[in-house]
Amino acid sequence: MSNHRFGYFLREGLRNMFSHGFMSFAAIGVTVACLVIMGTFTLVAVNADAQLKDLESENEFLAFVDESLTRSEAEGLKAQIEAVPNVRSVRFITREAATSAFADQYPDEQMFQDLDPEIFRDRYAVHVEDLSQLNETVAAVSAIPGIGGYRADEEVAGGLLTVRNIATVVCLTLIAILFLVSIFIISNTIKLTTFDRREEIAIMRMVGATNGFIRWPFVYEGFMIGLLSAVIAFGLQWLLYAAVAKGVANSDTLKLIHVVDFTTFWKPVVAVFAGAGILIGVGGSLSAIRKFLQA
Amino acid sequence: MIRLKDVEMEYENGTAAIRGISLDIQDGEFVFLVGPSGSGKSTLIKLLTGEVVPSSGRIMVNGFAVSSITPRILPLMRRTLGIIFQDFRLIPKKTVYDNLDFVMRAVGAPNKEIRQRIPYVLDLVGLKKKADYYPTELSGGEQQRVAIARALVNNPDTIIADEPTGNLDPERSLELMDLLVRINALGTTVVVVTHEKELVNRFGKRVVTLEKGRVIRDQVGGYVGGRIHE
Repeated sequence: MSNHRFGYFLREGLRNMFSHGFMSFAAIGVTVACLVIMGTFTLVAVNADAQLKDLESENEFLAFVDESLTRSEAEGLKAQIEAVPNVRSVRFITREAATSAFADQYPDEQMFQDLDPEIFRDRYAVHVEDLSQLNETVAAVSAIPGIGGYRADEEVAGGLLTVRNIATVVCLTLIAILFLVSIFIISNTIKLTTFDRREEIAIMRMVGATNGFIRWPFVYEGFMIGLLSAVIAFGLQWLLYAAVAKGVANSDTLKLIHVVDFTTFWKPVVAVFAGAGILIGVGGSLSAIRKFLQA
Repeated sequence: MIRLKDVEMEYENGTAAIRGISLDIQDGEFVFLVGPSGSGKSTLIKLLTGEVVPSSGRIMVNGFAVSSITPRILPLMRRTLGIIFQDFRLIPKKTVYDNLDFVMRAVGAPNKEIRQRIPYVLDLVGLKKKADYYPTELSGGEQQRVAIARALVNNPDTIIADEPTGNLDPERSLELMDLLVRINALGTTVVVVTHEKELVNRFGKRVVTLEKGRVIRDQVGGYVGGRIHE
């Protein structure tokens, strides 16, 4: 296609957009709303995932050392535990340290304050890499000679994983539904403007315009509606995110949540918004004019 | 040229609009197509423009077999035709110039040719000074002349005018018909559908009379009378 045709289609697309100002406004409004809703869900999911990763990194279990081992033998187990797959770090805790930590937990209970360290065992605090493999890791560490038992919060780990998996599935489903809904709404919005222009299309067909020639201005129009929507949606999303992040930081109860900084993922957000906006706009246009182009 | 061979056309609801028409229109001819309402004039035009396909028989228009044309070829056939409607059918949101411009763009004409051709055609129909007007700012006669300019702009082999004077007063109708005759003199085939007897009789052209889907008369001269066309 030569350049002057590109210019013509672009001009026609722009003219269509402005001459049906209200419809274009409605289409852009709907697309922006859908993009912001999708974006918000996704960003909430991203943050939830980040929180879960934080929690995961704090996840550890205790491996108790058999009482029959001497202190130096007990410390010698560290290398063996570290060699187990999925173990991130290992920390040795002496029975004396464990006793005082336990006493510190109950400062008001007088009877716990002078416990004999002999009733505690030396232990290792073991951090795992991947929470989902906790059971296997615990089993492998327990199998090491000299390890006399363990305590792991498997239920907490399992619960955390379930929450994340459900969040991911819900999020993906919502995004898919919203995406289809947006295409449907854009298609109908553009269909209304096409309905308005069916006389124009009929005249074009009568003078021998090919379907391609008739279609292009609509494609450009959809493209520009999508792109403009993406730009507006991105701005709104940023403002919204910044406002929520500020609210979380200023709140006493919520400030423990670490909100991921928007600047760390603005590039993928731009790319996804632009891509989704253009896809919605052009897809909507094409589906709207399809029936008008059948002979 | 236009050639119809044993064409029959029955609509889906069972109405037989054309009941066996064979007709030849040579290049450069001027033909009036007349007949009462319901005689099949409109259907005949639709058959020529490829809007409907015949139930049986064959239609050739400017080298295209319209009776068996594919959707891809149809636009190419229509580019050999210039069609004029009773209600003008101009695009109200485009200026006179742009109404012609998009028709030339539709067939892929280069910018330079568009810039030369449109003023020439507007001059031909006497509207050179109204290029920047919108259709609603023009009188009915002027709008119909824009429609003629649009039909002419791609230099078609044939002009088909469907009741072009239906919305015009007698004086404008005569002007318009004069214009079509002048265009015909430049070599373009012209087919005019009308039921205005007086107008037809003034020009002494070939007149094809339809009734109940058949050609009942084909003569040079007037609405009735005149010599049989050979």
